[in-house]
Amino acid sequence: MRRTAFAESVLPPIVALGIILVAGDLLILAYGEAPGAVWRTLAEGTWGNAYGIGQVLYKATTLTCTGLAVAIGLRAGLFNIGAESQLAAGGFGAALVGMALPASTPWIFAVAGCVAAAAIAGAGAGAVPGVLRAKFGAHEVIVTIMMNFIVLALLNYIVAARLHVPETLHTPTIQAGALPRLSSAFAAFHGSAANWSLLIVLAIVAGAWWYLFRTRAGFELRAVGLQPGAAEYGGVDLPRTLVRALTVSGALAGLGGINFVLGYKGYYEDGFAGGAGFLGIAVALVGRNHPVGVLVAALFFATLSQGGLAINAMVPKQMVEVLQGVVILAVAASVPEVRRTVRQAAGRRIGKTDPTPPGNAGAATTPGSVG
Amino acid sequence: MTAPARTPVPAVRMTGIVKRFGAVLANRDAGIEVAQGEIHALVGENGAGKSTLMKILSGMQPADAGRVEVGGRDVTGWTTAQAIAAGVGMVHQHFMLVPTLTVAENVVLGREPVSVGTFDRARAVRDVEELSKQSGLVVHPERLVADLSVGEAQRVEILKTLYRGARILLLDEPTAVLSPPEVAELWGVLRRVRVAGTTIVLITHKLDEVMNVTERITVMRHGETVARMATSETTPEGIARAMVGRDVRLGGGAPASAGAAAAKPAGEGLAVHNLMVRGARVEKAVNDISFSIAPGEILGIAGVEGNGQTELLEAMAGLRPVTAGSIAIGGRDVTGASVRARGDAGLSHIPEDRHNRGLILEYSVADNLILGLQHRYVKGASLDRAAIEANAAKQIAEFDIRPANPSLAVRALSGGNQQKVVIARELSRDFAALIAAQPTRGVDVGAIEFIHDALRRARDAGKAILLVSAELREVLDLSDRVAVMYGGRLVVTLPRSGANEDVLGPYMTGARREVA
Repeated sequence: MRRTAFAESVLPPIVALGIILVAGDLLILAYGEAPGAVWRTLAEGTWGNAYGIGQVLYKATTLTCTGLAVAIGLRAGLFNIGAESQLAAGGFGAALVGMALPASTPWIFAVAGCVAAAAIAGAGAGAVPGVLRAKFGAHEVIVTIMMNFIVLALLNYIVAARLHVPETLHTPTIQAGALPRLSSAFAAFHGSAANWSLLIVLAIVAGAWWYLFRTRAGFELRAVGLQPGAAEYGGVDLPRTLVRALTVSGALAGLGGINFVLGYKGYYEDGFAGGAGFLGIAVALVGRNHPVGVLVAALFFATLSQGGLAINAMVPKQMVEVLQGVVILAVAASVPEVRRTVRQAAGRRIGKTDPTPPGNAGAATTPGSVG
Repeated sequence: MTAPARTPVPAVRMTGIVKRFGAVLANRDAGIEVAQGEIHALVGENGAGKSTLMKILSGMQPADAGRVEVGGRDVTGWTTAQAIAAGVGMVHQHFMLVPTLTVAENVVLGREPVSVGTFDRARAVRDVEELSKQSGLVVHPERLVADLSVGEAQRVEILKTLYRGARILLLDEPTAVLSPPEVAELWGVLRRVRVAGTTIVLITHKLDEVMNVTERITVMRHGETVARMATSETTPEGIARAMVGRDVRLGGGAPASAGAAAAKPAGEGLAVHNLMVRGARVEKAVNDISFSIAPGEILGIAGVEGNGQTELLEAMAGLRPVTAGSIAIGGRDVTGASVRARGDAGLSHIPEDRHNRGLILEYSVADNLILGLQHRYVKGASLDRAAIEANAAKQIAEFDIRPANPSLAVRALSGGNQQKVVIARELSRDFAALIAAQPTRGVDVGAIEFIHDALRRARDAGKAILLVSAELREVLDLSDRVAVMYGGRLVVTLPRSGANEDVLGPYMTGARREVA
């Protein structure tokens, strides 16, 4: 049984990776290039040197946050399409606090204040669809999509009309709360945007895991996502849990904003989210809504994204975008398919060697269908 | 096969059937032999593989191994279309009717009479009337299926199979949703259809039905055919032993507690007063119901499903708002209280639908054993895993939940063991009043005995228990008082001594009522 469970969790990504490699090969061949050379360039440009690694880590940091945001929503049965604007709101919140605090603020308080502001701003953007869903039954997909337009347009207006540095679309630089780059400790990372916010995000991953699987709130949140009727029966307050889930989801997306604002540029810039919120949906999907899976998936998508730049001279970097689509399809298709195959193989093994009556051994894997 | 046998060719012969679903062996060396024109029972616990065997016979699923013969012809691996053409018809447990079409339209669906290229409605109605007369299945061809009672809908289902020319009728637990008079009527119809030469296989786990209407019995256990017997030569105990593989005490048990009656403390354990509840479609799904259950008493509510029981239960548990009236636990008003507050006030609830309400199927056994109590298993900011594990170990041992693995997803358990998880959780919490809804639905014979004993023990420990069940036998076996719910009202309440199936039957169909 244990071996089956292991195979079920490890095999699907390997199969998906195989599909991606084959699809990539075909695309590369279509451009008249040698697949081996392109893949090698992609690998060298990402994990082959410190700068590449730094860039991958930087991109993965934001994607982890937006991926977690979508994942937490899905765990509660809610599809949060608003991570893009929640991410922007979080970055804006962090920038506002960083600009408002005097430069003399002790570093630890300044960072804490900015991080908290990012979370609160994102949570605010997430709470709105949550409340509308809980109070009026407004579908969160529609509301979060609309919120993207509203929040992004609002931020654009505020920055353009009130806060921007002339000739630019970004705010003034923050005076407090900036996070150093990785290159300040490891010179090899010089030039890459990777910064210490990745440690904060690692802590957030651990925190998200703890929240989902170790707290009562997480127990109730997952219960609502799996079986709302049973959660209600179990005394869970459904409306409150829905609001809470979307609020936490928004906060996680908002926290992604510190990577750019505190760690990279030191200011809020219009459009900095750049699709990372939407890509978070793919990250959550591939990461199977598990915090660790999200982290791995974020690294994977960041690698593809950075790799696209590395191979731009050989094939159009849009190839990478096509591959991202293939990843999603491959994962969506391969996970159930591979599991089914693994289970069938296990069934045959049991049928041949295991004399236990099906009432004991068999019932452990497939329920229901027998009667 | 073609040798001139002295015994006539059996209508159905299945031998050495093997069917595997993933890791589950649903059928292994299963078989059945049904003679022409007999009523044959296929019995076994839930998950014994009865339905699988019948699905193979009706062509819905192919067997992995084995041989299927119908009327002496090898039909192994045939399709549903071929099965229907050969006269094998299955009446499913869940009706497969189109509610927006009339009875006649449903019956002829797929084989519509046609005149000049268009559907000949008049002829459909005539055909159905004709068939109805022949078979004794009384239906109104022009009524909408959506307006039918469950019993009528089932008659339509059977007519549909007969219309398609079924000579071998497979009925999957046909009485699960019927009231006693409807059941009696069904037996009448089956006997009449049988006289006309139709062979009937009845899938069931109700032993009184088997004894009443069938001639021969095939018993399955763990996917295997373990016994074949003639009904006249066996007893319910004998069948139960073959089904479970050990001796089982059937029904009865301790009669309405002598001890508890003496020790019965005065007072109100669980009570509702003038309760009104709105249903999804009906304005007064619960219409002015009042009752009071004393500590140490079981009030059983019998009734055909869909007469407001679900709404009553949900309102009492806090899952559905009340239009008017009040609910009290131990004399304390909880009418507007949340589910959790009711639990803390001493209410325990075995819900009627364990798959949608009672369990989170993807959660582990240990997690399901604290569902509804999660606020009591908190240590600091997180859940107290150690306490959850300890609780699971205790409940699994005490309630004999199998397999004894607390981290297994509940989905992987058999129906009986899933229900034991619910029962274990609800009976081990600190409670004064218990709502037990369909506590043994879809549960095998062995587990039924266990659950009934657990409910009796709770009663004897001074709990006030409301039992709602579609199984009249269960209500009669367990209750101190019996009420019948019909059309949203309690139409009669009797002491156990004055209640039996004959007395209650007319109330269950609405033929009699005793409301002031």
